Amino acid sequence: MLAWTIYVSFIGAVVVALTPGKSLLVARFTALLTTIAGLGIAIAAVVHDRTGQPFTIVRAPWIPRLGIEYHLAADGISLVLVLLTGIAAVAGVLFSWNIERRVKDFFALYLLLIGAVYGVFLSFDLFLLFVFYELVIIPKYFLIAIWGSTRREYAAMKLVLYSFGGSALVLAGIVAAYVVSGERTLSLEALAHFPFSTHFQMWAFPMVFVGFAVLAGMWPFHTWAPTGHAAAPTAASMLLAGVVMKLGAYGCLRVAMMLFPRGLDPWGFKVLGFGSWQQVFAVLALIGIVYGASIALVQKDLKFVVGYSSVSHMGFVLLGLMTLNQIGLSGAVYQMFSHGIIAGLLFAVVGRMVYDRTHTRDLGELSRIPLARLIPFAAVTFVLAFMASIGLPGFSGFIAELEVLIGSWRSFPWMACIAGLGILIGIAFSWRALQATFFGEPTTTPEQVLPPITLPERLGACLLLASTILLGLYPRLLMDLILPSLNGPLFEQLRQGGWR
Amino acid sequence: MIGSNYVELLWLTAPEITVALAALLVLVLDLSFLRRSALAMRFRITSLVACIGCILALLVLLRFPAQGELPAGMLVVNPLSQLMQIALLALAILVLLLVSSARFTTHVGEYCALILFATTAMMLLVSTQNLLVIFLTIEFLSLSLYILTAFDKQSRSSAEAGLKYFLFGGMSAGILLFGMSLLYGLSGSLELARIAIAVKASPGDPLLTLAIVMLLAGLGFKIAAAPFHMWAPEVYQGAPTCSAALVASSSKVASFFVLFVLFSVGMTGAAGRAAWGNQSPGWAPLVALLAVVSMLWGNLAAIAQSSVRRLLAYSAIGHAGYMLIALVVHTEQSLGALIYYVITYALATVGTFGVLAALEDEKVDSIAHFAGLAKRAPDLSFCLLIFLLSLAGIPPLAGFFGKFYVFVSALEIADHPGLLWLVLLALAMSVVSFYYYLKVLKQAYVSEPVAGATVIRVPAATRVALWATAALVVLLGFLPDLLLNRIATGLR
Repeated sequence: MLAWTIYVSFIGAVVVALTPGKSLLVARFTALLTTIAGLGIAIAAVVHDRTGQPFTIVRAPWIPRLGIEYHLAADGISLVLVLLTGIAAVAGVLFSWNIERRVKDFFALYLLLIGAVYGVFLSFDLFLLFVFYELVIIPKYFLIAIWGSTRREYAAMKLVLYSFGGSALVLAGIVAAYVVSGERTLSLEALAHFPFSTHFQMWAFPMVFVGFAVLAGMWPFHTWAPTGHAAAPTAASMLLAGVVMKLGAYGCLRVAMMLFPRGLDPWGFKVLGFGSWQQVFAVLALIGIVYGASIALVQKDLKFVVGYSSVSHMGFVLLGLMTLNQIGLSGAVYQMFSHGIIAGLLFAVVGRMVYDRTHTRDLGELSRIPLARLIPFAAVTFVLAFMASIGLPGFSGFIAELEVLIGSWRSFPWMACIAGLGILIGIAFSWRALQATFFGEPTTTPEQVLPPITLPERLGACLLLASTILLGLYPRLLMDLILPSLNGPLFEQLRQGGWR
Repeated sequence: MIGSNYVELLWLTAPEITVALAALLVLVLDLSFLRRSALAMRFRITSLVACIGCILALLVLLRFPAQGELPAGMLVVNPLSQLMQIALLALAILVLLLVSSARFTTHVGEYCALILFATTAMMLLVSTQNLLVIFLTIEFLSLSLYILTAFDKQSRSSAEAGLKYFLFGGMSAGILLFGMSLLYGLSGSLELARIAIAVKASPGDPLLTLAIVMLLAGLGFKIAAAPFHMWAPEVYQGAPTCSAALVASSSKVASFFVLFVLFSVGMTGAAGRAAWGNQSPGWAPLVALLAVVSMLWGNLAAIAQSSVRRLLAYSAIGHAGYMLIALVVHTEQSLGALIYYVITYALATVGTFGVLAALEDEKVDSIAHFAGLAKRAPDLSFCLLIFLLSLAGIPPLAGFFGKFYVFVSALEIADHPGLLWLVLLALAMSVVSFYYYLKVLKQAYVSEPVAGATVIRVPAATRVALWATAALVVLLGFLPDLLLNRIATGLR
């Protein structure tokens, strides 16, 4: 049943692309219904399966000569991310209701992207996972290059080349794992239990991890993210920050860490004070947190503020992964979900509610428009979104970042302190952006009118807000899925000798 | 004895004979019956007859697959060579479909006949393991291709390309022949299997080294590996589109196959090793060097091109580099990978040239001319999207699996991380290649058409050829087993 999230999206893409006529409504409603169907299936799966243990959905030989299978399966972590994709997809359609240029192309590419993202989260065969992973890249390019804004062609090309470069590293790692294991299989389950030599894992791990982390926005490979987010049309930046960056983080966990956990062990010697890949990547994640937040503090373009805040928040995901303890890892997965929702919300407000009405994202110019009075709904949403983003209790971001902080306190206490500093800077830039956008000192005439907030926008905002508040108040909803997965058979090698 | 041999020869070469007869028929038909007809009609009928000839040959191949060997490896017909012949015939059919809507010459019969002759030569080339026959068929092929390149008499660039191709080609043929004569002197035999024994017995012989270098230079020209690639950009740009399609696709298929057979069957003993930190002299490190130079030069130079055809030429040089990796490995699996790669590569290339052929009247050459193609000809640009993404190696298209398989075969040799450096370089370069392919697609899909641009009409035959090719590229990407199984049967 869960496999239908993928099929429905692809079918929807084909239907949208091939429906004759230029009717806007047909394309929009087909896309909306398709994404709702996907979300429905995802919710049903989350409700139905509360164990978090891996289960197979489809398993059939695909290229028997090389032992490659069409193997879709899910465990708790996949389910969480599938749910995220479902929510972000529906919200994305609602926030692109106003797109009028090449509508059919837009939604076809959009649904293609969504289908491929579902595919990545549900693939339990590395080859299949990689196919879906690459399939995400092309629609992403066209979505940004055709419907984007500032320097869209440059941003799209940069994003795509970064992704492609990362996936080249991943591919090398996959082929190496396939060949070295000698088992003629790319099944994640089989490889997760295969005892690769420590020597091999030591170089395969960083290669694959970096390959995926490029897409997760790890410093210093993050530069595609702010430009890409800023140039993309609203729905695309929602998906980009909300879902696509999670593909990278998911790959880091699911492929790099699950298959090559010994790569995280100490090297036995020190280079520049680093003793293991764990420390190297933890420090890079930490730099990402502080650096992203600091840059966001001085940006003039509102979308860049949110873009850099994404880099900062994704730093928490990577830091959580590198703690290698249960609470840190579960925090990382929770943060993937939470940031997916919150980033989507922020980009929706910035791109759709504000930019599409005022046609400026410059903080100075925005502060001269009395936005809070003109579009109060946007102001409320933005305030709530930023509250969630800086991790106030009651929102999902709080749980996630708290867990990551506790986890990193256990593994490397001084990093937890610096990450805490990152949160403080986060509060500062959120404050600054909020004030400039909605609570500045208007100089324009009070007669100025902006188009009112439409119904799809309200629905989308409510959907995202409700998700983040629900999961902030009742984290067990997802934690019950994440924890058993982390303690399940797939992560056995990572847990070896107990959580560190 | 001799009589029975002739019967066997006829039987073994039945497909080639069919194609050659079709070529003669086409000549006669055009020169006698179609003299008075309109040019368009002549193109249509001749290419149709030529197509039928190829289809007949295909049927002969599929229905009566004779197998056997003539003495001295003159003709080695086995399932593998037949698979290659099937691929070559399929490519010829696709090219002929493109020819049917061409208008550039009045010598229609000769043009189609030459395509068929070139195909005959290639079919013989893939089914021999004898130096003399290899050389003769390569010359037969090259002569046909020189003429095909220079066929457009009204175009200066066609003549220039033809002349350059001929001069470089003549030179490299001389070098190739020199290398072969050294090899013959060394072993006293023209048969690859016997040469292999002699080569094994005399490793490190300076004459052998010279022979290897000469052979690589001579055949490196045919596959357009850097630094023997000078002709490729000129020919791709100057030749009539259909000729360029043939040069870029099926001649690559045949040349790569014969290169692999020549080196892996004839000279395994002198292979050496190209592994990082564990080299030993032989041809494998040399081929690895060619691969590196081709990958780097082809892909980096392609970035700077503004003409689509030159871009394709340089990307072809880059692809030659990837395929040479399979030769460096020279295992049975890598031969399978090479065959898969080169066939799917040829399909995507024929397709791309098909798109260019359909745009012939628009005088499309520079990348900028593709602006807004998606609006002017949606199906054309969709096919272009598929072909270029397959060339770039984006899953789930065929080009991706080709690359994957080559890399797997490269790492799956005994000292496995040994060739990782080549694989990593290839991956890095495929990222580069993605950039320039995307540049073309960006024009087609993102840029707006220039003012006054009209909708482009695509001839039906071209459309059929393009959709069939695109379908094959997608199908082989989704189900690589269709081809893999055949290759595996052939290798057994």
